Amino acid sequence: MASVALGADDVARAFEEAGCDVVRTGSRGLFSIEPLVEVEQDGARIGYGPVGPQDVAAVLDGSHAARLGRVDDLPFFASQQRFTFARCGLTDPVSLDDYQAHGGWKGLERARSLPSAEVVEIVTASGLRGRGGAGFPTGIKWKTVLDARSADKFIVCNADEGDSGTFADRMLMEGDPYCLIEGMAIAAHAVGAGHGYIYVRSEYPFAIRTMRAAIEASAHLVAPFTLEVREGAGAYVCGEETALLDSIEGKRGQVRAKPPLPALQGLFGKPTVINNVLSLAAVPFILAEGAEAYASVGFGRSRGTMPVQLAGNVRHGGLYEVGFGITLGELVNDVGGGTASGRAVRAVQVGGPLGAYFPPSMFHLPFDYESFAQAGGLIGHAGITVFDDSVDMAHMARFALKFCAAESCGKCTPCRIGSTRGVEIMDHIIAARGGAPASRTRQEDTGYLGKALYSRAPDRIDVSVDAQVGLLRDLSDVMKHGSLCALGGFTPYPVLSALDYFPEDFGASSPVTEAAE
Amino acid sequence: MEDFISDWVARHGADRDRLLPLLHAIQEEAGHIDPSLVPVLAEALNLSRADIHGVITFYHDFRHEPPARHVVKLCRAESCQARGGAAVEEAATRLLGVPMGEKRGDGRVSIEPVYCLGLCAIGPNALIDGRPVARIDTRMIEQLAVEVNA
Repeated sequence: MASVALGADDVARAFEEAGCDVVRTGSRGLFSIEPLVEVEQDGARIGYGPVGPQDVAAVLDGSHAARLGRVDDLPFFASQQRFTFARCGLTDPVSLDDYQAHGGWKGLERARSLPSAEVVEIVTASGLRGRGGAGFPTGIKWKTVLDARSADKFIVCNADEGDSGTFADRMLMEGDPYCLIEGMAIAAHAVGAGHGYIYVRSEYPFAIRTMRAAIEASAHLVAPFTLEVREGAGAYVCGEETALLDSIEGKRGQVRAKPPLPALQGLFGKPTVINNVLSLAAVPFILAEGAEAYASVGFGRSRGTMPVQLAGNVRHGGLYEVGFGITLGELVNDVGGGTASGRAVRAVQVGGPLGAYFPPSMFHLPFDYESFAQAGGLIGHAGITVFDDSVDMAHMARFALKFCAAESCGKCTPCRIGSTRGVEIMDHIIAARGGAPASRTRQEDTGYLGKALYSRAPDRIDVSVDAQVGLLRDLSDVMKHGSLCALGGFTPYPVLSALDYFPEDFGASSPVTEAAE
Repeated sequence: MEDFISDWVARHGADRDRLLPLLHAIQEEAGHIDPSLVPVLAEALNLSRADIHGVITFYHDFRHEPPARHVVKLCRAESCQARGGAAVEEAATRLLGVPMGEKRGDGRVSIEPVYCLGLCAIGPNALIDGRPVARIDTRMIEQLAVEVNA
């Protein structure tokens, strides 16, 4: 989809018209060289990028200035450890032959030669933790479902990748759909499930199309396990696992209180494995290569690799799969090459709209679940959004609250009302800090349906900024501890981190020293 | 549309979990989900009207009236903001002559917000009549305005 958005359809057509055999692959993951064309000649693949339709002749005679040599040799790719994304961008996504030739189905074959409990043990031993954000050990989740007694069990893949700055799920589904299918079939064997659902957000039409084609083509290989794609309908909260289940059941996507855990009473009340795309797609490698091969990479209790997504104002944005432990600064400056605008990096948001903002002074942080939690943040789905020094952090804090207000499922009060109150407080702060508010702020004033989410702009400020900041902290505390799910519970992360690390943008009279807790 | 719904239900079943796929199918067929279909859907799936209404209004994708001839979905999430999304939004609303979230009076174009298309390193991004477009700038919006007004 990324290449298509950059004009790849025209490029492909031009090569076809020139008499070439064109194979459309998924993305390799480095967007600054897309549309990327690789020319295969005598067994070698030479890359060119970015390429436009006018470049066909020069590419074919090898004289084009954008000649990159072997793509695998580019530093961006050579320094990665691609376990999950090993095939992405190399193969024809829906070709079963290609998948098999590149090591596909080995994991499923091995899994099916073993008793269920042993497959669960292997996944547990690999140290794999849920890659969707929560970081819960996958093997333990599977064991709960395996041990649950029920004639019906389900595997649900959460492909509702709504976080800004994340695109790994989309890339995998578009570029290597059988990897996800194989992972789900292994999960089905491991827990005794007969049917699976892949819940894909409607904003990803290419992923939906590719997954449906791949499911149909591979049905005989994963049988008796059956699979279907369910399309979301534009609700961010459906990325929360219980809201997602309600949505598949045909209801409003509202969060369920836990317990009961979905592992015991999930979809249609039956034991259900719900995992993210990346968690399930990591499983074929683990089964094929062994738990140790996976667990030997990583840092602390974060084992294996993480497909990190470099996004926002970054020079070399894209997908970078690497073992845990690489520092935030290495990712932003060395791999990402700093900002695309060439200005100084001021803030990076890690983990999507509910993740904390960090200044460059925190760039020593190793990429690891525990290290980020300790620093008042989260890894989430490993999206890193880079901002240069033109960013207004008070505006970003307001945006986080506004997003929560627009996307709240409405079931719990701290999230539903707290977020709207938070927007009002931020309006007071922005008005009181003096000077005109950023022009962006005004444009944010319409909600999803174009209606004003609050009715009046604050015209008279009769309380100090410090008092408003105190109120914001109290409100954040209520949202954090009183919300049913992560939407309300994690919105304080971007708000408080912006306040803690960039107090000057809030016009606070004294440096804020209170911890985010 | 009544026939379309009964045909669809005959082919795909009337279980409650068919509701979202059915709503998608209706919108694809008719461009929107007319409120007059609520009782028809309630009857077909054996659910209450309130239930159907509640689901249709919960999800941002479902439209209650016919779409504009050109639908521009502009991403306003953080990554696109970091890449100058606000300026593109300002240009779009000005040059296309319609505020964010609204359909123009002549029905030729609407601009809708979308929160992330998963193209976060090449923003600002948009879906223009379903086609993804990356690195949108003012010049591209100017071209679009010419097409819309042609």
